[in-house]
Amino acid sequence: MEWYLPVIWAGLIGTAVAMYVILDGFDLGIGILFPLTREEEERDVMMNSVAPFWDGNETWLVLGGAGLWVAFPTAYSVIMPALYLPVIGMLLALVFRGVSFEFRWVAKPSHRKWDIAFAGGSIVAAFLQGVILGGLLQGIDAVEGQYAGGPFDWLTPFSIFVGLAVVAGYGLLGATWLVMRTSGAVQQFGRRYASGLLVGVLAAMAVVSLWTPLTIDRIAERWFSLPNLYFLWPVPLAAALVGYGIWRWLEQGREGLPFVGTIVLFLLGYAGLVISNVPYLVPPHLTFWDTAAAPASQIFLLMGTIFLLPLILGYTAFVYWMFRVKLAPGEGYH
Amino acid sequence: MNLDPVLLARIQFAFTISFHIIFPAFTIGLSAFIAVLLMAWRWTKEEKFHRLARFWTKIFAISFAMGVVSGIVLSYQFGTNWSRFSEFSGNVIGPLIGYEVLTAFYLEATFLGVLLFGWNRFPPWLITLAACLVAIGTAISAFWILAANSWMQTPSGHEIRDGVAYPVDWLRIIFNPSFPYRFAHMLNAAYLTTAVVVLAVGARYLLGGRHIEESRTMLRMAVGMIAVSATLQLIIGDMHGLNTLEHQPVKVAAMEGHWSGRDPGALVLFGIPDEEARRNHLEITVPHLGSLILTHDWNGTYLGMTDFPEDEWPPVANVFFTFRIMVGIGILLIAVGFWGLYLWWRGRLFDNRLFLRATSLMWPLGFIAILAGWFVTEQGRQPWLVYGLQRTIDGISPVPGASVAGTLALFVFIYCIVFAMGIYYINRLINAGPKGQATEPASGVPNRPLSAAEEAAREATGLPPDEGPGRPLTAPRG
Repeated sequence: MEWYLPVIWAGLIGTAVAMYVILDGFDLGIGILFPLTREEEERDVMMNSVAPFWDGNETWLVLGGAGLWVAFPTAYSVIMPALYLPVIGMLLALVFRGVSFEFRWVAKPSHRKWDIAFAGGSIVAAFLQGVILGGLLQGIDAVEGQYAGGPFDWLTPFSIFVGLAVVAGYGLLGATWLVMRTSGAVQQFGRRYASGLLVGVLAAMAVVSLWTPLTIDRIAERWFSLPNLYFLWPVPLAAALVGYGIWRWLEQGREGLPFVGTIVLFLLGYAGLVISNVPYLVPPHLTFWDTAAAPASQIFLLMGTIFLLPLILGYTAFVYWMFRVKLAPGEGYH
Repeated sequence: MNLDPVLLARIQFAFTISFHIIFPAFTIGLSAFIAVLLMAWRWTKEEKFHRLARFWTKIFAISFAMGVVSGIVLSYQFGTNWSRFSEFSGNVIGPLIGYEVLTAFYLEATFLGVLLFGWNRFPPWLITLAACLVAIGTAISAFWILAANSWMQTPSGHEIRDGVAYPVDWLRIIFNPSFPYRFAHMLNAAYLTTAVVVLAVGARYLLGGRHIEESRTMLRMAVGMIAVSATLQLIIGDMHGLNTLEHQPVKVAAMEGHWSGRDPGALVLFGIPDEEARRNHLEITVPHLGSLILTHDWNGTYLGMTDFPEDEWPPVANVFFTFRIMVGIGILLIAVGFWGLYLWWRGRLFDNRLFLRATSLMWPLGFIAILAGWFVTEQGRQPWLVYGLQRTIDGISPVPGASVAGTLALFVFIYCIVFAMGIYYINRLINAGPKGQATEPASGVPNRPLSAAEEAAREATGLPPDEGPGRPLTAPRG
């Protein structure tokens, strides 16, 4: 029990983070694409396409944070101080874009400032999420369960690069979401930017796949030692194939498949990062087991999670299904 | 300059959580109000309930968004600013926060989408159900977060090993000694606060001669609610105080400005506590009344500040004054409730100008009382972070003071902009008022030409008002 409980919790939190990245990814992506059109009506449709969902989507971020605290308190209390500035910056950016969903409608016709807040908040939040990911991947110094580095240790070319990659990735999710969920000019707009973003995302994934093993021996050994290589080579190959698929589907004018393909691409990238780092929760030293909460605490929340998580997934799916009808230009829910 | 990281971290947390609590307090009450309105509408089929529900839902949407974004910040601030506390208490209160997310946050967030955006698409019963689920979600959220907070005040059901708290008995952790009182006190405060806002809005419309039918409904509902919940609050508050006397006597001593435990306590109506001199200046007291309230005995004694070592003292003056603000507002609201009941009984509730004018200005009172109450209980817990187990000074993160100061400045800057705008927009929505049938004067209210112009502009740019004249309903397709 002492052995597998932390593994279950790592899986659950990993799932929450993946859900967050995909779900909030597409609505942050809408904000990232916002500056690329000047048409107010197009912006209305873009925002409307995610308005009923963003709040539920961001709840996965709360689950990720709270879950980390519950299941791995030591990891939580090392990661947060280490990434203090980017974490707080990201939260403040989310404040700006979150309130824009409501403020923008009420402020009309003088809503320009909330257009800027929505776009700026989304871009900064996405960028800093990437910086946080980069900062975590490159490793965090901890001594006796507390962070032992400086306030800017996270700031490296690598973390900046990952930040930009995440902006492009969320942009791609947003663009393919628009292809799926809207029609007319906005759909065209999504399709136009999706291809370019796809190229950027694939390039960024390739760079990270080379950069991490070249600079971190542990990751090189994980991927390139035998027999691991035999099992792991399909992962990058699958990513390349999916990337090609998304490209083709966009050209063929498919509506749903590019978005689905992008989700698969994200999951493959995520799987790559997991493979690189398992069993470290706070690389390079702290594993799942080093940072786990007391088994009694992990079991107590697990008991509820077994029932509540399927329920949550069920009604989340129900609400998405209820709102499945595509938005026409000019149509809002308000 | 020497930046004290402990003080800065405390200020930052106090600032962000004070801003945050305003919105949940309002949305807990408002979601229940909206759910009641929608049920009344389904039951009576009277359109006024529908119009009121739609109107308050718009205000709810803005408040809820601000509550959500300021709340996400908090779930990370435990780690960013209080990492040693997070490690110390994570095993025990972490799961409570986890349950809050799983049982409440998803429920609220998901069905809020239906409540806000479903009107053109879904049947009324589904919207009503969504409103009820949101209201239940907000109350469940209060349950868990207050359980966690109460454990920090009166920890129980745990054991300490190697400087970390471990759970022993979950029921005793959740239902720790102060939890039932704190939960009832806060939930009731949220309903009371919302009722005061509803009353103020109704009074404001009646003074302007607008939305007569809706305003009368709001006034009746609010006055009834205030009379009941403000009185109830006094009773719950008294029980909560006795509970605090049992478990955190030094907090009560500070609240009462009570210095020596040898003498019966007087009720200090006013005074300026002086920690150096260990007495109150300029005090106005009612002898023995403090003893009567706290011990139910005219000559009863209870511990005073000087019975505790000074390094366990909370900041006496802060606790003392904020307590008086809270209680003062509470008593005022009881008076308002009964004044309203009296006028209602005399059939004068809707045309007593003094009552309407006074209550139309009272909307912030509940919020101020809630903040004051939290200042009492949180500052009264100092110097402890977890009462008796971990001192505040031992709970902070190894983050340099400059980082905390810089982010604190950002928080202040951004929250002030965002929340000032939020309150401005809510005020604008209230000015615009409920939409629908013209129970208001047909051609613009003379003293509100601007708001009519705004309305027209917003209509022209295709803004919400779903049932406004001349705007076709978009039929669901597919």
